[in-house]
Amino acid sequence: MAPLSRSEQQEAAWALLMRAAQAGDARCYEQLLRAVTPFVRNLTRRYCRDQDLAEDVVQDVLLTVHRIRHTWDPQRPFSPWLASIAARRGIDRIRRASRIARHEVSDELAVETFATPATNNDSGALQAIETIEPLLAALPERQRLALEAVKIRGLSVAQAAGESGQSVAAVKVNVHRAVKALRKLVGAADGQ
Amino acid sequence: MKQQSTEQLIDSLARGLAPVRPLRPPAVRALWWLAAATMLIGAVVLRWANLAAFAARFSEPRMVLEGVATLLTGLTAIIAAFHLSLPDRSSLWRYAPLPPLALWIATSGLGCLEHGVGLGPAGDRLGESGRCFMFIVVVSVPLALVLYAVLRRARPLDPLAVALTAALGVAALAAFVLQFFHHFETTVIDLALHLAAVGAVMGLAGMSRRALA
Repeated sequence: MAPLSRSEQQEAAWALLMRAAQAGDARCYEQLLRAVTPFVRNLTRRYCRDQDLAEDVVQDVLLTVHRIRHTWDPQRPFSPWLASIAARRGIDRIRRASRIARHEVSDELAVETFATPATNNDSGALQAIETIEPLLAALPERQRLALEAVKIRGLSVAQAAGESGQSVAAVKVNVHRAVKALRKLVGAADGQ
Repeated sequence: MKQQSTEQLIDSLARGLAPVRPLRPPAVRALWWLAAATMLIGAVVLRWANLAAFAARFSEPRMVLEGVATLLTGLTAIIAAFHLSLPDRSSLWRYAPLPPLALWIATSGLGCLEHGVGLGPAGDRLGESGRCFMFIVVVSVPLALVLYAVLRRARPLDPLAVALTAALGVAALAAFVLQFFHHFETTVIDLALHLAAVGAVMGLAGMSRRALA
């Protein structure tokens, strides 16, 4: 039998990890997501030249993979399944960007929101993510999904509703409840 | 910075991962749905349809062709919707129902020509056609709801394509069932209202596509 090419070996390894991930093996899943991220990054850069935007798409692809991981058929190759998700999310992002571009103007200086340099420092945001992550995990799933979509990923309520399968009203209610619950959790964490 | 948050995202996704059962192949899922729909529709037809009148109408080859084309439109559209709901299946599936749909319209149109201009006798003809419209919509909606519930499991990435194809499928099946209750020749008004009913069901499905995502 002819030896497997590098891409065939990669495909076989990913398929094996995905099978284990579908069975609930978190370590294999983490390994798989780390292994496919560069591949997804390469694909998404075809759709977005801006590196930050491309990374947003990468994250969107990973979230989608997580949400629909049951749709991969273990009898079929894994890479085309992953590439289709990346292409779809890349196309969605281009559409969203062109929609935003039609309605908004960009101001480079607007990035600098405050005169004090420390307030524009990203490290604070990173710390905030680290603080908020365990708190987000404590929220009920529907509230967490709604909050992540609207407040973290910046989707509109309608887009979040379309993505999560919740109604627009449910997304609004869940975001509101999630913010309320987070306030309580932050208060409790500060009090400790 | 962004790449760091991607790493964090991977950590949070892997944390607390729940096992999932892969979906069965789309053709198998479609066949299960069609089997259930056939039993439901069969029970309705056996209970209320005038099968003798149906057999008399279908002694004509054109009517057989029209019926087969209608049924094929429904079957291919429903199988296509199951395929389109998955990310790694060809998007060309959306065109699969078009040939039988064209045949359905052509054979119905031919029927209209055979019966003259096809406006039919005056009087209650429009009323009958109006009932056909309602029949297709009323039969399609519950079928579409059940189909949506099954298709939704795949969380389609392109819900509009899936919703429209599924709606065409159930509307065509409803139009096929209508043949068991349709005791007069198809006229231009009938054909227009049948197609309008299919369009209305697809319009409703398009508007409610978010329920699939």
